[in-house]
Amino acid sequence: MSSPLRREEVAHVAKLARLTLTEGELDLFTEQLGQVLEHANDMNSLNLEGVVATAHPFGLTNVVRSDEVRASLDRDEVLAMAPDAQDGRFAVPRIMGEAP
Amino acid sequence: MTLPNGWEIVVGLEVHTELKTASKMFCGCANSFGAEPNTNICPVCLGLPGALPVLNERAVDLAMAIGMALHSTIAPSTFHRKNYFYPDMPKDFQISQYDLPINVGGYLDLPDASRVSIERAHLEEDTGKSTHLGGTGRLQGADRSLVDYNRSGVPLVEIVSGPDIRSSAQARAYAQELRGILIATGASDGRMEEGSMRIDANVSIRKANDPFGTRCEIKNLNSLRSLQRAIDYEALRQVELLEGGGTVRQETRHWDEIQGETSTMRVKEDADDYRYFREPDLVDLAPDQSWQDRVRAGLLPMPAERRQKLAARLSEPTPAQLDAVEVVIDLGLEDFVERAVDEGVDVTLAISRAANELAAGIDEVKNLSSESFTATLFMEQRGELSATQAKTVLAELLTHGGDPHNVAREMGFEQLSSSSLGATVAELIEEHPDEWTRYREGDEKLAQFFIGQVMKLTKGQANGKSVVAELQARR
Amino acid sequence: MKSAVQIASDVRSGASTADEQLSLSLEAVRARNEELHVFLHIDEEGAREAAARVDGVIAKGENAGPLAGVPIAIKDNVCQRGVPTTCGSKILRGWRPPYSATVIDRLLAAGAVPVGKTNLDEFAMGSSTENSAYGPTRNPLCPSRVPGGSSGGSAAAVAGDMTPLAIGSDTGGSIRQPAALCGIVGVKPTYGLVSRYGLIAFSSSLDQIGPFAKTVTDAATLLEVLAGHDPMDSTSLPEPPPSLVAHLNDGVAGKRIGVVTELIEGADEEIVNEVHRALQVFREAGATVVELSIPELRLGLSAYYLIAPAEASSNLARYDGVRYGLRVDAQDVTAMNEATRTAGFGDEVKRRIMLGTYALSAGYYDAYYGQALKVRTQMIDAFARAYHEVDLIVGATTPTVAFPIGEKASNPMAMYLSDVFTIPTNLTGEAAITVPFGTGEADLPIGVQLLGPGRSEAQLFSAARVLEMADGRA
Repeated sequence: MSSPLRREEVAHVAKLARLTLTEGELDLFTEQLGQVLEHANDMNSLNLEGVVATAHPFGLTNVVRSDEVRASLDRDEVLAMAPDAQDGRFAVPRIMGEAP
Repeated sequence: MTLPNGWEIVVGLEVHTELKTASKMFCGCANSFGAEPNTNICPVCLGLPGALPVLNERAVDLAMAIGMALHSTIAPSTFHRKNYFYPDMPKDFQISQYDLPINVGGYLDLPDASRVSIERAHLEEDTGKSTHLGGTGRLQGADRSLVDYNRSGVPLVEIVSGPDIRSSAQARAYAQELRGILIATGASDGRMEEGSMRIDANVSIRKANDPFGTRCEIKNLNSLRSLQRAIDYEALRQVELLEGGGTVRQETRHWDEIQGETSTMRVKEDADDYRYFREPDLVDLAPDQSWQDRVRAGLLPMPAERRQKLAARLSEPTPAQLDAVEVVIDLGLEDFVERAVDEGVDVTLAISRAANELAAGIDEVKNLSSESFTATLFMEQRGELSATQAKTVLAELLTHGGDPHNVAREMGFEQLSSSSLGATVAELIEEHPDEWTRYREGDEKLAQFFIGQVMKLTKGQANGKSVVAELQARR
Repeated sequence: MKSAVQIASDVRSGASTADEQLSLSLEAVRARNEELHVFLHIDEEGAREAAARVDGVIAKGENAGPLAGVPIAIKDNVCQRGVPTTCGSKILRGWRPPYSATVIDRLLAAGAVPVGKTNLDEFAMGSSTENSAYGPTRNPLCPSRVPGGSSGGSAAAVAGDMTPLAIGSDTGGSIRQPAALCGIVGVKPTYGLVSRYGLIAFSSSLDQIGPFAKTVTDAATLLEVLAGHDPMDSTSLPEPPPSLVAHLNDGVAGKRIGVVTELIEGADEEIVNEVHRALQVFREAGATVVELSIPELRLGLSAYYLIAPAEASSNLARYDGVRYGLRVDAQDVTAMNEATRTAGFGDEVKRRIMLGTYALSAGYYDAYYGQALKVRTQMIDAFARAYHEVDLIVGATTPTVAFPIGEKASNPMAMYLSDVFTIPTNLTGEAAITVPFGTGEADLPIGVQLLGPGRSEAQLFSAARVLEMADGRA
């Protein structure tokens, strides 16, 4: 994994992240991200065989809450901050495909 | 349905069930169906900046109960984020479980004695719901959509079977049995029409012993009947495709109940890169032995066990009686039966009335008390009511409640006095001397003939046993 | 400007009122805010209400709390109900949260008076506050220079004598680095010590809210108010708030203090000198100094610049124009998402979202994000081993003093290097404090960093107090 990333990969990633890049930005980001990734190759100097990722740094587990109903937000207050709303719901322009 | 030319259906089912908790998976908003849009939302389930999830203990209990009922291993587990953009997902990622689910492995035995393996059953949160404006109300052709986040964050368990199912009938039986388990654990109300239980079918075909073929995922199966029809349709579609020299494309297909066919919804591309990573806002889950024991101790008997228990009350049950037992258990009516039988009602009668009359009015069963059911059956058993009358009384009790004796009286189901019955029987004996002679000489079958005649004359008001008693007395 | 402790004491005793203290603070804010661009929003109405409540409590003879009447500045990535919260981004311009962060509730319960929301690098991504969509904040000590970032506004509010206290957030050094560059005290608490509920997430496994103050005592007083278990945050440590103020004068006699090569190497000479001077102070105060090397620390930058952007790419997905914030209309929802996010996010945010998305994507997860998580485990283990030999560690906070505005802005890699000494404690989740100690080039302040194991804040504060007194500050 020592080669910096390719322009097409950056374009693909931008699509996944719902970002539109200009041609110039595509070039710039390819270079800049490439630099970070090149720098990150230094991680390969460590032998990480068998090392396990850490979840919570102090080992917390089994944090749960009891099944009780609590007050919800006021709908008017919430919809007042929506860019577009109708009939008590959030409105969006047409959805092109089914959910995955 | 068997496929032609030696083709074999291979089906795996993915069942999602909403859990019957009071509050949502990660927040205290009410988990309830049918509320006004966006009235059960908070910073957490709306995905507002800064909000954090906290796991619902009861959701974990119910997930474990499901796992135990499916003979899974309860394993230490982790939550992951499944990242994708869609307007009904407030965070644009779904909190789910990926490679370390809470329930690993397991199996489900079906009434036909076949066994379907379970790969996993895990916890995840539900999404909001969108309605589409313009066009037909379906997604295609809509120009605007409206989103309600009441359902966002409702706890779900997803149960994934192994690809062991070999017919649409078996798939249906699996779904039915699984639904019974989900209801019995208290986890779900199993309502496919309401969406609290959703089934997706993965269908492929192959020739026996060949490797598995390419599978298609079928969605929009809103009933067990749809499930069965859709699998049969899809399997045939794939047969025709392959025998015509084509290939099956891996895709998600939509079942249209009205047209009776599946159609392409979405081709599975590599672009479905969910970039799963461990959810950093939650900690790992490792229910200890005492937590698991608590859940296990609270587990009620599962449908298979309850069917066995009820069937054991019958001596040498016929297939029809076993079917009736299945209906009783499936509809959760065995309490009526058990209590009636415990009081002395005949078990065959109790099962029959439950599997037929109570089943027919299943939505009103909550109006009926066990005492009323037992009392009605006793009246029938003692000859105070005919079978027809007993069924009518039950129907009335289901619709309007009340006391069985009062209801019978109000309906004019007076006990036919023995003198008037005796007079009627005597009359019939005179009118049918040949049949009477044969009966007197031991042909028991003719009792039915006379009962039929008495029923005709009394418009169904006589009690069959009382008629037999009269016949025997006059022998 | 009076210390927070002094103000609270004056207000409680009746020598002053919360309203009066607020007026003094607002005067100081307005005097320099245009020049320094510290506050994005001044909430006078809310502050007056809070002050009135405090004064009302005191009039009834009741306890108004340890921060009674103390004005405090809030970093603009912390939700405060009804108050505009922008995260320094266009995508949240005008958004008013319908709820408050847990820390806000605790501050109000303690009698503090939030004065307004301070500027930050957009979504907390940056080390200079130059990435704010609303313009940079200037260092009050030298306005042509950066105050540091991402909590530059909060640091400047305190350093510029506008409020005695401020809160910020620290993911890779975003409290400590600006505190050092502005010459004040800044603390990154143990991960989980302070609730993150209501902190707009950047990197969930690294973020912590923490205090800014001029004195160690003020910082300790503030942290006691912020800290403690919160049932709304699953990662919150179960314990109640620690006792810090009571231990401030414990001193360091008998302590083993480590100096870690990798936490000084590469820093400007004048900074290295101050670290050594601090060690000398500790020796004279009865501590032993042990030299250590933790080579794993050199990988911190790489691990951080994969883990943080990865989590951020997911945390920032929700800004899609559907439910709140900016929406740029388009024909379909996907195009709307793209247009909104492209217009609403600045370059650094886009850069990190893409870096993070890439690091998590199919085929690359193991090599980048997966690898970085393992490096993090190695660092945690390495520090654990070090803390068998020493009680706490001393090092530099930043490699340089405050740099000129514009100097590093066009070179992301150079900017990232500013965090090299602070990042390790974010990765391990442990505690760290920076104390002003000496000055460097152009009389600009230098910060010395003290690091300790998880939940060792009391010890860090008492050591910090030793340095503070030695430097003649309090």
